[in-house]
Amino acid sequence: MNNQKNSFFGKIDWLTITLWLSLCLIGLFNIRAAVFNPEMPGFFTLGTNYGKQSLYLISAIILGISILIIDAKFFSSASPIFYGITAILLVIVLVVGRNVGGNQAWIDLGFFRLQPSEFAKLSTCLLLANFLSAQSNKAPTMQTLAMGAGIVLFPVFLVMLQPDTGSALAFFSLIFVFYREGYVNNELLIFGGLCILLFVLALLFNPWILILVLAAIIGFFMWSFRKKRKYIINLSILFAACTAFILCVDLVYDHVLQPHQRDRIDIILGKTEDLKGKGYNLNQSKIAIGSGQFWGKGYLQGTQTKYNFVPEQSTDFIFCTVGEEWGFVGSVTLIAIYLTLLLRIIHIAERQRSAFARIYAYGVASILFFHLFINIGMTIGIIPVIGIPLPFVSYGGSSLWSFTILLFIMLKFDSNRKGVV
Amino acid sequence: MNSFFARKYVVSGIFVAIALTLIARLFYLQIIDDSYIHSANSNVMRKVIVYPARGVILDRKGKVLVQNEPVYDLMVTPREVKEIDTALFCKLIDIDKEGFIKRMDKARAHSPYRASIFEKQLSVRTWAQYQEYQYQFRGFYVQKRTIRSYPDSIAAQFLGYVSEVNDKDIERSNGFYRSGDYIGRSGVERSYEDLIRGKRGVNNLMVDALNRPKGIFMEGKYDTLAVAGEGLVSSLDKDLQILGESLMKNKLGSIVAIEPATGEILAYISSPSYNPNLMVGRQVGNNYMKLLNDDTKPLFNRPIQASYPPGSVFKVVSALTAQQAGVIDRNTVFFCPHGYSYGGGRGWMGCTHYHGSTTLQRSVAVSCNTYYGFTYAKMIDGRGLSGPKAYDLWRNATTQFGIGHKLGIDLPGEKPGLLPTSEFYTKRYGNDKWRSSFNISLSIGQGEMGITPLQMANIMAIVANKGFYYRPHLIKGIGAQKIAKKEFTEKISAGVDEKYYPVVIQGMSDAVNTPEGTAWSNRIPGIEMCGKTGTAQNPHGENHAVFFAFAPRENPKIAIAVFVENAGYGGTWAGPIASMMVEKYLKDTITTPKYIQDRIYKANFLPAPKKVIDPKSKDVKKADSIKSKTDTVKSKRQLAALVKPKETIVHHSEVKRRHE
Repeated sequence: MNNQKNSFFGKIDWLTITLWLSLCLIGLFNIRAAVFNPEMPGFFTLGTNYGKQSLYLISAIILGISILIIDAKFFSSASPIFYGITAILLVIVLVVGRNVGGNQAWIDLGFFRLQPSEFAKLSTCLLLANFLSAQSNKAPTMQTLAMGAGIVLFPVFLVMLQPDTGSALAFFSLIFVFYREGYVNNELLIFGGLCILLFVLALLFNPWILILVLAAIIGFFMWSFRKKRKYIINLSILFAACTAFILCVDLVYDHVLQPHQRDRIDIILGKTEDLKGKGYNLNQSKIAIGSGQFWGKGYLQGTQTKYNFVPEQSTDFIFCTVGEEWGFVGSVTLIAIYLTLLLRIIHIAERQRSAFARIYAYGVASILFFHLFINIGMTIGIIPVIGIPLPFVSYGGSSLWSFTILLFIMLKFDSNRKGVV
Repeated sequence: MNSFFARKYVVSGIFVAIALTLIARLFYLQIIDDSYIHSANSNVMRKVIVYPARGVILDRKGKVLVQNEPVYDLMVTPREVKEIDTALFCKLIDIDKEGFIKRMDKARAHSPYRASIFEKQLSVRTWAQYQEYQYQFRGFYVQKRTIRSYPDSIAAQFLGYVSEVNDKDIERSNGFYRSGDYIGRSGVERSYEDLIRGKRGVNNLMVDALNRPKGIFMEGKYDTLAVAGEGLVSSLDKDLQILGESLMKNKLGSIVAIEPATGEILAYISSPSYNPNLMVGRQVGNNYMKLLNDDTKPLFNRPIQASYPPGSVFKVVSALTAQQAGVIDRNTVFFCPHGYSYGGGRGWMGCTHYHGSTTLQRSVAVSCNTYYGFTYAKMIDGRGLSGPKAYDLWRNATTQFGIGHKLGIDLPGEKPGLLPTSEFYTKRYGNDKWRSSFNISLSIGQGEMGITPLQMANIMAIVANKGFYYRPHLIKGIGAQKIAKKEFTEKISAGVDEKYYPVVIQGMSDAVNTPEGTAWSNRIPGIEMCGKTGTAQNPHGENHAVFFAFAPRENPKIAIAVFVENAGYGGTWAGPIASMMVEKYLKDTITTPKYIQDRIYKANFLPAPKKVIDPKSKDVKKADSIKSKTDTVKSKRQLAALVKPKETIVHHSEVKRRHE
């Protein structure tokens, strides 16, 4: 028993744990700076976000250790149950949920506010790994892809009802999992990238001008390939598809998106500049980060965050505090830690013998990556404001716990990689 | 491991690419674009201006002429104003509800987030009243600053006044002044503005997103202290000034007294004056308009801006310059047959008396016109030069006595007076063949000659000093510094040798101290005052009474000139005033008989309040007597003179043109 335990801890990937813990501590310190009140400089009180986050961190560590102790098989076999529970929670939250800022995303448990969508990412990831790993010996089929997509889209649908667009979008990051497993090919990935490009262009420019430009480009290719009939037909179809897509973008923009989402997109594209109203958050966020300059203003010296110019400064906009007080050096360090963690997860994924563990680890990497990119991208003004947390760093029990569980289940699989899941 | 293993590189590559994109963007925000640090500072920084106190002005004995008094500007930050008891608020600071709304709109238009002035200059009393309730009025606070206060309400034209800067001042000052600052508008406040304004201080506070103060920006690294303005020591003698102002009450005119040995001005009275305290406080706009529209022109700075024909004082100058030129000496005698005949008997310049054979000394004492007619003729006609050339020499000698040019007093708005050049006469007579007879009235200080009271007092200082003067000035020291300006210590020669003075001084002493003298009634027991009466002709009404003197004869301490407009004879009105001033200054007592004092104090020479003239009725009345066209034109001009208020006020400057 004793011997077994030693080897158990010996197999744990300590680098990942170090990176995880350093991110959590960076978060904790920056939350303290964000909520720091110069008039009450007491170091520790449970009344502040900082005090609460300390407790969340301690409980997250306990959670992590517990996960490492539990049998790995439990997570793979119980994944449908988890999925079911979170789905039920996502329904419940629509009924009894607490509405904060237009989103009905929280279930108030008195001592704690539970955000089911955070846990839904985890359970979706598990079930997807479960499902895809069962098919991993066969060649990818459209049917499998459709069912896998269904597993992902069902919680997306429920989350959109809240409506919490940010969390819903996070599920789409699982496209990397499908890609890695061969359900999505390179062309599709490029095509997806082009679609995003076209979407942005369609928002920036008058659709008819865009269609004219496209017509000119495609016309040029048609002229070049005028001898080959097949190409001409393909290009015609492409042009028709693009035109339809561009027109759809406008339709989506005008009728599907909510007004505040339209505003956020307009602001990021520079179509409106309302620094005192709609653009206030982003502007103040950029001021905070930009004013940090190379070395930053120093711990607890950030005026933008200390004096509440930046909103949501301990949750979604926590990166402002990092940027302002620790400057470029601190920001790059934080991103480097994340990138190291992401690449380490991919490395871990690839060394798994079981397809379940590999697929799951890719899911973890995808979800973390998406949050990192969207959250930091939003604070520095390259992504429209989408309310999602920075994993391990942002204030919030649900987010810290769910990301910790997400990561530690992967570590459990990894420690057990020689065994059969 | 499966067939898609290589795709891990694609996924990793995307992660790395996105991370680099974020870093590139951060590099731009944090390192390349440095505008954000300014935005962050301007977010958090609030400049609070600390206004300096203006320099205090003291008199020559250290008594206060101008000091500062605290007032309180009520500031408002519109966005923070919430649920206040408007009725109580209005009552406390004494405004009505419309006024409240108007002021709030103005403040909001300025900025809803930043503080601006709601109400200027609450008095200490209003402030004290308001302060008790301050806690009820969120969004309002009180900013202390100081305004001018004049404990004795004297020397208004000398001290001048301050007022808020306007856009032009701000533009001219190269950014020194900001809206809300004060600037000296006239008098010493203006001429010494650079010294007494002090330096504004700035406190940089930090505020949070709700504009609540949170501390000091960068530990006060960029704060500057307010530096109080330099104090000025005036040459004025406050007691003498008070006496002078009370003597000149209800009269138009000036008194200027100079200490000959230094050029320091001891008394500077312009009458009618006004209470300088009217030019501060919340009613300043109304008060200023009242003063501006007052028929007696209280804002007119008579000692340096009013110009009169010098009359008798010019005989003193003539007596000196003629001696220096060598055309007469102390023994020269002219015969006065009650006047001076010129132009081969075609012209006659009357003299007050039949003086008979008159010596130089006696000519000064009795103010004999004839003597100076002969002297002037000798100066112009008797030097073997053409008229214009001789006139230029005469004029040059005269200007050295400070006539016809500014003396350079430290007050804005000084006027040069009038003394035409030879070209003026050559142009007027069409050729350069003119002689003394063409402008003989200049010999007795009439005609085309104008002199300010300051210039007249300065001539007395020259005579007292026997040949030189210091630029008359009002400020003798700045802060701890004993000398205000270097140019005030420069000895300026009047161009006449010292040896020529005693005979003239004796004549002036005789004028006061011998029964035959024109100022016998103005003598002061125990003091040998040398002086002369004068009468400046005024074609509009009673002549102006003039008296000028210095005393004591040996080691003179005071030179004085007194002008009382429309009062008549100099010895009756200006003389006693001068005597009282001199005695007060030298002996700190007044022995002038009570009845004379009463007469002076009670006299009122202010013009009667203007009657509204109906031009129509005047026309009708005149129409009977008017026959020719030219007469009609003339009457119209006269009528215009009556209707125009300006004419009746500045007529003394007109005088110089009427004598011909």
